[in-house]
Amino acid sequence: MVTTVCAWGTVAAALAGLGWFVGLQLAGDTVYWISNLMAVTATASVIVMAIPDRYERFIKWISAVFAFAALVLSICLALQFQRGEGVSTFQFAESSAWIPGLGASYLLAVDGIGVAMELLTGIIIFCGVLASWRVEHRPREFFALLLLLVTGVFGVFAAQDLFVFFLFYEVAVLPMYLLIGIWGTGPKEYSAMKLTLYLLMGSALMLVGFLALYFGTETYGAPGAHTLTFSLDAMRRTAYPIGVQKFYFPFLFIGFGILSGFWPLHTWSPDGHASAPTAVSMLHAGVLMKLGAFGIIRIGVELCPEGARFWLPYFSVFTLVNITYGAFSAMSQVDLKYVIAYSSVSHMGIVILGICTLNDAGLNGAVLQMFSHGIMTGMFFALVGFTYEKTHTRMIAEYGGLGAKMPVIATFFTIAGLASLGLPGLSGFVAEFMVFLGAWQMNRVMCAIAAVGIVVTAAYVLRVLQKCFWGPLTNPHYDEITDASPVQILCLTILASVLVAVGMLPGWLVSIINSGVGPVLARVAGGG
Amino acid sequence: MVAAGAVAVSALAAAPAITVVEAPGYLWLIPGLPLAAFVVIGLVTRPWRLLSAAVGVVAIGLSFVFSLWTFIAQVKAGPDTVLASSLPWFTTGTLHPMVGLQVDPLSAVMLLVVTTVALMVQIYSLGYMAGEAGLSRFYAYLSLFCAAMLGLVMAHSFVQLFVCWELVGLCSYLLIGFWYDRDAPAFAAKKAFVTTRLGDLGFLLGVLLVCTTAGSFEFSEVQAKIGAGLLDPRTLTLAALLLFCGAVGKSAQVPLHVWLPDAMEGPTPVSALIHAATMVAAGVYMVARFSFIFHGSPDAMATVAVVGGITAFFAATIALVQDDIKRVLAYSTISQLGYMMLALGAGSVTAGMFHLFTHAFFKALLFLGAGAVIHAVHTNDMWEMGGLRKSMPWTFWTFAIGSLALAGFFPFSGFFSKDEILVHVLAYSPALFALAVAGSFCTAFYMGRVVFVAFLGTARGGGAAHAHEAPLVMRGPLVILAGLSIAVGWWVWDFARFVYAGEMEEVHIHLGLAAATQLVPLAGLLLAAGMYVYRSPDPEALSNRFPGVYNLLRHRYYVDEAYDWLIDRVVMRFSAGIGWFDRNVVDGAVNGVAWLARQTGAQLRYLQTGRVQHYAAAVFGGVALLLLLARLGGAR
Repeated sequence: MVTTVCAWGTVAAALAGLGWFVGLQLAGDTVYWISNLMAVTATASVIVMAIPDRYERFIKWISAVFAFAALVLSICLALQFQRGEGVSTFQFAESSAWIPGLGASYLLAVDGIGVAMELLTGIIIFCGVLASWRVEHRPREFFALLLLLVTGVFGVFAAQDLFVFFLFYEVAVLPMYLLIGIWGTGPKEYSAMKLTLYLLMGSALMLVGFLALYFGTETYGAPGAHTLTFSLDAMRRTAYPIGVQKFYFPFLFIGFGILSGFWPLHTWSPDGHASAPTAVSMLHAGVLMKLGAFGIIRIGVELCPEGARFWLPYFSVFTLVNITYGAFSAMSQVDLKYVIAYSSVSHMGIVILGICTLNDAGLNGAVLQMFSHGIMTGMFFALVGFTYEKTHTRMIAEYGGLGAKMPVIATFFTIAGLASLGLPGLSGFVAEFMVFLGAWQMNRVMCAIAAVGIVVTAAYVLRVLQKCFWGPLTNPHYDEITDASPVQILCLTILASVLVAVGMLPGWLVSIINSGVGPVLARVAGGG
Repeated sequence: MVAAGAVAVSALAAAPAITVVEAPGYLWLIPGLPLAAFVVIGLVTRPWRLLSAAVGVVAIGLSFVFSLWTFIAQVKAGPDTVLASSLPWFTTGTLHPMVGLQVDPLSAVMLLVVTTVALMVQIYSLGYMAGEAGLSRFYAYLSLFCAAMLGLVMAHSFVQLFVCWELVGLCSYLLIGFWYDRDAPAFAAKKAFVTTRLGDLGFLLGVLLVCTTAGSFEFSEVQAKIGAGLLDPRTLTLAALLLFCGAVGKSAQVPLHVWLPDAMEGPTPVSALIHAATMVAAGVYMVARFSFIFHGSPDAMATVAVVGGITAFFAATIALVQDDIKRVLAYSTISQLGYMMLALGAGSVTAGMFHLFTHAFFKALLFLGAGAVIHAVHTNDMWEMGGLRKSMPWTFWTFAIGSLALAGFFPFSGFFSKDEILVHVLAYSPALFALAVAGSFCTAFYMGRVVFVAFLGTARGGGAAHAHEAPLVMRGPLVILAGLSIAVGWWVWDFARFVYAGEMEEVHIHLGLAAATQLVPLAGLLLAAGMYVYRSPDPEALSNRFPGVYNLLRHRYYVDEAYDWLIDRVVMRFSAGIGWFDRNVVDGAVNGVAWLARQTGAQLRYLQTGRVQHYAAAVFGGVALLLLLARLGGAR
């Protein structure tokens, strides 16, 4: 009794503290929206760390409340983002000195691309916490790490200083090792190791590029600004010679590309996603893979536009492999989670193809696809997790006719599947259509090859739906299984609503994204 | 640019002036009401089955009223007036797709067809699906289908047409698989979606080609650019062929026809609405709508005609030997869609669209009649029926009217539309004309066979012996559709002055040709009567005498088998190969690197022996080596 009161008191106190904190910020002259966003999840991480494991429910409630606060803040960020003529590209800017000796400062700001990604992250972390409601093994560390990870993600999408960027990037990536290694399933140690080593290799490659950009600020800086700095703004004003851009762009592209599942450096992704616990798969495929694509745009294309123009036509060939090869691989899988994992490889190929087009339709489509795929694949992994929880298997052959017993899960699975195969009315279509338009303008044959991917996608998605959920219930073990719980339904409803809303009325989100894409393209067209 | 502009002006001056009028607001209600019904049923009335059904019926009823209103307004305004209205969908730097509605004669006719048949089917389903637990779901899907189909026929842009095109495909998928806890519907639904998706790949690429070349998504702007000669003939041919791929999939033309017979696994009202009257006709509508592209390319037109002609004949021959009453009708639908394509390919939008118009009513009638029979006898196999004329007179007579209309007998509506097609095809290509006439012989034969076997004679099964006439709610739509199947043919002269592409066509009923072509179905009908009423010639003796032909037809020319082989042996093996490659070659390389690192570490660790002597030896050796190298370097 006493412990219950104490625990609920903690939740109430946490809520009150959160409200007070946000209120205080709002009352001030300057609202540090982005820092607040990160502070919310970071604080939650610390608080959760302080609660003993036996108060499992309070850990979950605290996490959910703070994740919800993060969601609300990310929505506020998107709603307040200014669009139209004459507004600055980067908004909600924050700046304070940090390590002057190195030229590193705490600089944060978001453009339209960043805002879309922050919104995606807010949605996925809240739904991810809801999807983890049944985690019973060491919940304290699980939720603390999850919230820490997402703090890093929020930071990367807003970083305007390479040092800060790299720091948050590692904060976002490294907890994965523990989360998969401890809470995972199957060959989890192998998968965790593989994933981490791969991503560190990516980090090493991009670090080479980062250092080149950093030292370049002194050499090639704008007149009167020959100082070493990590500031992205200064780098955007630095005239890196074409040779330097051409040399270092592949480091940046491949470094970030590894995280986006760029073929042939993608094999960490199926293993990692399949072994990871539900919420981690959601976050990883939903958000972390987008860090890679985001980095390619923010660092690679924006800072080395000449390098991008030179290299991206070559790299676009690999994205075709991503799309079609990923889809065919997905078709051959027997484990449901591997199907979804390979579908991510295929869909991220569409994102990178969109970036490679370097035109308006393609790049807008790529960013929208990042958002759309994040929601969709988050939903997929949540659904696989929920199904596994009931059936204790992920083998497609052992399913069959589950729709009769779990109509809610089957319905949501259908929605996610339809979004995956690019059905109009759901967000995937708008994004893919834009990418294909862009790709068509770049190269018709390549566009046609990429479009074959959507037929294969339809084939494997519908095959999975048919084998798992439709037809007569064949396995007698499932006579007693139940449908999704209310918390799970809430999680799925949020994700499905976003898919439908963006699919039917993409105007608002596209206009935000476009306000960020426009300046990037202007840099590419202007040759830096 | 200046020259192009001048051409555009002269081209516009040559064509009859099109007046664009801002559409009245109620136009949005035509697709909007069924869409609202879908949302309301899904979110609110789902637990109350009958209320959901009522919501669906009322919504489509109102849609029908507004469509009729629009149609009358369009007739009054004349064929050169277009009602249009649009709103922005989303905007980027270069893209400005709009959501809009547009009504011209073509759309107005389609509106009438879709809402009439949909209303009849939804009323009929109140009886047919009465005992169904998933009635709310059924009406939700039907409403969504109506919304998408109405959005499709009123689309004003390529993007919107594609969006609605895919959405009707989704509804088809959901409704074929309506009884999801059975194997066959689940499989058929998947097959239908994936097969049409294959065609839609071409459609998508065609849309991309047209829109990027013309720089606009909207029909009117693209049409103006093509009229001005801004698209070269090769591009037009490629675009038309790519777009036609979509029509081949949706309208079940050879070789993508395999999904439609399997789609009969869905509830029969769905077969009537989606897989006979409306959605499958969307491909025909699309080709007619894009006549401004197709007419620019004789090669593409020839392709459309040949594919249509082959389909018309080929599907009709398969229908000759089917036992399942719905499958006979399904192959018949494929065949009739082939006739429509043939007419379009021969250059007559009027003939193709008029056949679409008449076919919608009599084929919906036939499916609903078949549904009434299946409802009564609980089997699809016509050999287990028989003698239903007595127990189900209303169904029999309406079914007979539908059959005569389908076979193309005067004075039923099918006569007028088929005659129009034959006149145009004869002028276009005698070979295709021969195919079409042969097809019409088969049509009369297989419909005669169904009527004689299912309705005449004596009951051959327990279900047939105890069959009861369908309830009023099912009979009513049958009677109305039968009335339409008789009446609408006489509209042919006014139709030709209303729906056309390019130049208006005058209708001449060619008396000699009409008389000659009436003999062909008559012969088919008499042969069917001889075989299935008088057993002379005996059908079994015939099939034993020509086993090769019989088996070829029974196995539907082995096309399904060929696809199965292709999927199992080629596609699945290829994907398994890719999966193996990824696990073993790509990942093998990754694990190989890891193994190399581990092995290197494992070998190198022996260097760390912990003995000072060894370390000292290494240090001295190293220094000696360095000195040696320095010495050699210095010497050079």
